[in-house]
Amino acid sequence: MATLELRGLKKYYGNTHAVDGIDAAIAEGEFLAILGPSGCGKSTTMRMIAGLEAPSAGEVLIGGKSVTHLPPRARNVSMVFQSYALYPHMSVLENIAFPLKARGVPRTERDAKIKWASAMLGIEPLLQRKPGRLSGGEKQKVALARSLVRDPALFIFDEPLSSLDAQVRTMARSELRLLHDRTGVTTVYVTHDQIEALGMGDRIAIMQHGRVRQLGTPQQLYDQPADTFVAGFLGSPPMNLLQRGGRIIGIRPEHLLPAPPGTTDDQSFELQVRIKRLEFLGTDWLIYGLLETGAQGQKVLSKVSPGIAATLQEGALQTFRVERMCLRFFDPATGSRVDDGPR
Amino acid sequence: MARADTEVRVSLGDREGLLGTLMLAPAFLYIAALVGIPFFLAIALSLSSATIGDPHIHGFVGLANFAHAMHESAFPIALRNSIIVTCATLILTLVLATAESELLVRDFRGKWLWQILLILPWAMPVSLAAVDWLWLLDSEFSPLDWLLRQAHLLGPGTPWGPANHLYYYGREWLGLGAITMINVWRLLPLATIIVLAGRTAIPREIFEQAQVDGAGFFRVLFRITIPALLPLLVVAGMFTALLVFGDMTVVALTTRGGPGYATQLLPYWAYLKGIEGGALSEGAAVALFMFPVLLAGAVLALRMAYRADSN
Amino acid sequence: MKKILRRSSFYLGLLLFTMFAVFPVIWMVITAFKQDGDLYNVANNPFIYNLPPTLKHITFLFTHSSFPTFLRNSAFIGVVVVIITLLLAVPAAYSLSRLVGHWGERSGIAVFLVYLIPPTLLFIPLYQIVSFLRATNTVWALILVYPTITVPFCTWLLLGFFKSMPRELEESALIDGCSRWQSFLRIALPLAAPGIATCIVFAFALSISDYIYAAVFVSSTAARTVSAGVPTELIRGDIYFWQSLMAAAAIVSIPLAVAYGLLFDRLVKGFQS
Repeated sequence: MATLELRGLKKYYGNTHAVDGIDAAIAEGEFLAILGPSGCGKSTTMRMIAGLEAPSAGEVLIGGKSVTHLPPRARNVSMVFQSYALYPHMSVLENIAFPLKARGVPRTERDAKIKWASAMLGIEPLLQRKPGRLSGGEKQKVALARSLVRDPALFIFDEPLSSLDAQVRTMARSELRLLHDRTGVTTVYVTHDQIEALGMGDRIAIMQHGRVRQLGTPQQLYDQPADTFVAGFLGSPPMNLLQRGGRIIGIRPEHLLPAPPGTTDDQSFELQVRIKRLEFLGTDWLIYGLLETGAQGQKVLSKVSPGIAATLQEGALQTFRVERMCLRFFDPATGSRVDDGPR
Repeated sequence: MARADTEVRVSLGDREGLLGTLMLAPAFLYIAALVGIPFFLAIALSLSSATIGDPHIHGFVGLANFAHAMHESAFPIALRNSIIVTCATLILTLVLATAESELLVRDFRGKWLWQILLILPWAMPVSLAAVDWLWLLDSEFSPLDWLLRQAHLLGPGTPWGPANHLYYYGREWLGLGAITMINVWRLLPLATIIVLAGRTAIPREIFEQAQVDGAGFFRVLFRITIPALLPLLVVAGMFTALLVFGDMTVVALTTRGGPGYATQLLPYWAYLKGIEGGALSEGAAVALFMFPVLLAGAVLALRMAYRADSN
Repeated sequence: MKKILRRSSFYLGLLLFTMFAVFPVIWMVITAFKQDGDLYNVANNPFIYNLPPTLKHITFLFTHSSFPTFLRNSAFIGVVVVIITLLLAVPAAYSLSRLVGHWGERSGIAVFLVYLIPPTLLFIPLYQIVSFLRATNTVWALILVYPTITVPFCTWLLLGFFKSMPRELEESALIDGCSRWQSFLRIALPLAAPGIATCIVFAFALSISDYIYAAVFVSSTAARTVSAGVPTELIRGDIYFWQSLMAAAAIVSIPLAVAYGLLFDRLVKGFQS
């Protein structure tokens, strides 16, 4: 366990700025999720933390000490790759033993560690198998055991769930977080899946174009997005961003609810919407509409419960209402949030 | 709990750039010493007056060796023959390789056994292959002559008669044809393998789509298969051309350039002049005549590679 | 009906290609067992044994010719060349594919081009180098020059192999506590075993196949290889020991063909990268 600090971290490939100045401090035992679309620089950042890529500028500090110029093996980090990177020519047991052997851990201690790690992940029956004969979920557990067995200062996960089936993924998510809570190792978790980031991270760093757009708890990011990128990235579906006067108004679809006309009060804000389509999502309905007041023709989305959806009709003109405290305002020029709510 | 790995020392094995250089260096130096230096030595030799008896490069004679070589009657013949044999081999090999890859792209029973049989000519040492063909096309005991006689195509009173033998290596065009045939035979497996590499990379769906669209066999071949194969056909062609153009083994063991200079090829003539005749410098000059062709091949290949990369 | 027609035309094509490839070899094998009286009679059907087959010429090859010496030389040269080739080509290929940046990964064709520089262009200056080292007429002359053929070829083959190997495996080893060198030894090298096996076969075969260097650099029987020795030893002026020649060719070629044939698919993959 250790703290992790990034200071002005940059990586350029020729003229492309893959990572363009990242500053972040992660506390001991914290679970930080790095979230962003593909090509945002999150993988490069992670690879620089692990030592697989040398930064063009800036520093990486683990446990307060600079490791910027150390090779990966001297950083005491462990990593679970997206593909799990299990060594195909070694059995599961040899895979788990590999980091210990590479560090010259004595045999008795090694055996104890392997036993402990494989028990924790419930993979004892698989120890003699070759990785080629494991399922996706089993491979993930072996990769976890291999990274766990040597008490790393820092865990790095590179989209470890993306190659799992959808059903297994939900389970694996909570298991992974529970594992973190049990071992308490500082963790950096890279993903493009916001559900994973929101559900697992103590804090989330959202990245775009090589920069961190916002770093905060999942709730902060969701409720007080720092800019239109974060607002438009998080949430499914994401925030409605409507051009209104000199500002952009942000409304979460679940806050935009149909209301009978003429019941306006000071606390709420009304929009006239032409309903284009109703879409059933299981627990909710999604309403696709076009704005008929203000900036006409803008698309808006609303998410409502089945009871409310039953009262709506495609093609009808409907009044929607938002509580004023749920509105967020952004500057159209910079994209930054400009209301005075907490950041 | 956490073990501070302060004891890990950064060593040579961690420094990727340096390690990369060190791992590449032996091979690179070796090739530089035994391919690079000889290459420039060849140029230096061709401009000197060195012989086997006096192999030192001191007398600089400029382009005299080239001029001398070009004025010998054998030179234009050898150059012409080299070009003819290379082109003929190239065309035949590519056509046959395309057809053969069309067969081998499928799965069928006992494929590995067929593959062993088909690759045989390439696996044989060239000299032994040449000896085999020397006997196969023997002036007296060729089984092909026998087959032709049985078919009444050869012998007294037949279309190719009246002789009982064709004397393959004793006639200009039959000799060149035989040399071409041997080259096609021994290089077809390599060319097939290269073309097959391109053929198996074409997605099946494209052919299925074409079939659904009602395209016939030849339409599919010329509109889909060959355009898709083109990059690797060029690679195969380049390999074939370079291996034929630079080879002297076949001619050295079969026609020996005869009769006269009728089937002489450039590399063998360079050998005869440089080693057998003892005029190292003139041999090197003749060998260097091949260089422009080889260079053109190399440039073409690098271009192809570059284009493949940028796609 | 159409299907049968298609199938039979497929096998007909396959048979034609195979006949073209193996007909000279069949002729070679038939010849090797023929008696002189049978072989040198123009009236005979050359494809059948008009007189009973004999092992006489094969026995001659092993007892009254230098063929065993040639075989021994070829085997010795082959083994040493294989070792040198692996020592040079494996690290070079790994370095190009992983350590020296983007241009290294794209150097495949350039490496192969070195293989395509024909011996005929180089043998005259190489002859001078070999005589300068006083290595003419020894197997060491050939051991010195054969890696010029095998190293580029094997580097190219292994380059494709290393490039197709997932990078994460070695990166994972780096994180697990290996240096780059250790991760090469413990992860990349074992995984490249099939590629290395292919290289062994080819380096051996290429060094056996060469004729020009063997003919030019070595003129003493004691140091000759199969490729250069068989045609010179068994063709004496106008006298051709045809059956023994054919037997020698078959003995060398058929095992090589089997080795090549089993590597057929790997070669096809090699050209895809």
